[in-house]
Amino acid sequence: MRRPLAAACIWIALLAVPFWLPLMGGYTDLATRALIYAIAASGLNLLLGYTGGLSFGHAAYFGLGAYGAGLCLIHVAPSLPLAILAGTVLGGIAGILIGPLVMRRKGIYFSMITIAFGQMFYFIAVRWNGLTGGEDGLTGFSRVPVQIGGHAVMLGPERFYYLVLAVFALVMAVIWQILRSPLGHGFVAVRENPTRLRFLGVAVERQIWVAFAISAFIAALAGALNALLTGFASPDNLGWQLSGSFVVICVLGGMRSVWGPFLGAAIFIVAQDYLSSITQNWMSFIGLIFILAVLFFPQGLLGFSRLKASR
Amino acid sequence: MSLLKLENVSRRFGALQALKPLSLSVAPGELRAIIGPNGAGKTTLFNLISGFFPPSSGTISFAGEPITAVTPSALVRRGIIRTFQITQVFLSLTVRENFRVAAEAALGLQLRPWISRATRAQVEAKVEELAEMSRLGPKLDRTVGEMSHGDQRVVEVGIALSRRPRLLLLDEPTAGMGDEETSHMTDFIRRLNKDQGITILFVEHDMAIVFGIADRITVLDNGALLAEGSAAEISANPRVQEAYLGAAENAA
Ligand SMILES: Nc1ncnc2c1ncn2[C@@H]1O[C@H](COP(=O)(O)OP(=O)(O)OP(=O)(O)O)[C@@H](O)[C@H]1O
Ligand SMILES: [Mg+2]
Repeated sequence: MRRPLAAACIWIALLAVPFWLPLMGGYTDLATRALIYAIAASGLNLLLGYTGGLSFGHAAYFGLGAYGAGLCLIHVAPSLPLAILAGTVLGGIAGILIGPLVMRRKGIYFSMITIAFGQMFYFIAVRWNGLTGGEDGLTGFSRVPVQIGGHAVMLGPERFYYLVLAVFALVMAVIWQILRSPLGHGFVAVRENPTRLRFLGVAVERQIWVAFAISAFIAALAGALNALLTGFASPDNLGWQLSGSFVVICVLGGMRSVWGPFLGAAIFIVAQDYLSSITQNWMSFIGLIFILAVLFFPQGLLGFSRLKASR
Repeated sequence: MSLLKLENVSRRFGALQALKPLSLSVAPGELRAIIGPNGAGKTTLFNLISGFFPPSSGTISFAGEPITAVTPSALVRRGIIRTFQITQVFLSLTVRENFRVAAEAALGLQLRPWISRATRAQVEAKVEELAEMSRLGPKLDRTVGEMSHGDQRVVEVGIALSRRPRLLLLDEPTAGMGDEETSHMTDFIRRLNKDQGITILFVEHDMAIVFGIADRITVLDNGALLAEGSAAEISANPRVQEAYLGAAENAA
């Protein structure tokens, strides 16, 4: 099997990022950001690629994670694990509550209502100045030291990268496990033929709800990490542009593969970083890359390589 | 006692009366054919029994209990399983994966993010059982979307067996099949009825199959019950010949 070998190479390359990335002109925080986007997109892809629900509102949960983490650091306790937990739970619970309101919608209506809820959180963040800092975003928090064995350890860029990499590995393991379980088989069955599944006695809406909630939790986890990376939570973390970026990342990398969102995120973040240093219109170049990718690799980049491998 | 009983059940779509009030009863173990020209209301009848939509009037009962407003998934749990006129399977999955989803649904595992080794073995045993019943063992790892139309229909029936149906509804199981596939499917239906004792209602246009295997035949025409009886009674019924068999001969 070539697959485990390829996966092993990726993990080794990821572990060694702080050593080789600077040599190529990159910086560690860039890789951290790519991993954070990979986590969010992998979560979204459970819903998008595996369950077939096109959510254009997943930044809402990412953003709630970011605000949750920041607010927890400011108002509750200077603890990194608690902040991550608080952000994840906040966004995850929002996903659990909104799931029943979207799970019955189909196709375009599903997408529309997910956008609507996303924008609702965006406007709350902008308007609720006193709590969220309004348009300027939430500041005044940073990565506090973590207590490890009685020592206060400060997480610089490299240590924080490894923390995020560990979370990414955990998320990949969770997704991998879900996809080989009856729960994941049920997700795929919803995508393939909800009518058939319903007439096998499965409550299709409930299956969609669970997929929605899990993907919201994972997106929120990514958002919390992002707030800790940047020391900042902004309304843009909740907006539809970012939601769209997550979808682009999934489609670009390949929605039918667990590694697709990771690949998409890596390309997206590197392209964004490089292009935004040479032009303000970097978004149109990302758009161009996306169009080319969809034209030439309709299954996503990984979908293509998988197809070739199976021939 | 009858397993399935419809009393004055009707269904309208806006101005169209797709099914006029009709009563019907099916005995346990019966193999019943539903025949009638296009648009007669056969699929509508299946949709009512399987809970796809509710009747406009009348009551339906199953095993003595009313099921008129019960959801499809609850009806499935009571043992009413159906296939569709247009094949409904999981196209981009393999036969094995199709059977596995069905087996997991039948075992009520659909929300479990992990299962024990023993439960997994139970699922795989069920998959093997479905493969054996449908005789699709050699094709288990084929992608369903790449198989012949006939095989896809067999997969759908296989899926439907995951829960050991008490009442199986097959909507035109042999439609679009070649001769060999048709006789395979006919055998399959007969086996399910005679060997497993499953009560079956099937819609069928091929009269050779209908008269060959059905215990009783119900004839619908233009949304109304035209006749019901044994093969001999139906083929001798002048109204049936006029409304349905004659029409089919003219068309042929
Ligand atoms: N969901 C629906 N909405 C509106 N009209 C419908 C619907 N379902 C069926 N009909 C109409 O009801 C009538 C009966 O349709 P039905 O599908 O039950 O016929 P059928 O006997 O199964 O025919 P066929 O042999 O062509 O499958 C038709 O006139 C059809 O157009
Ligand atoms: Mg029909």
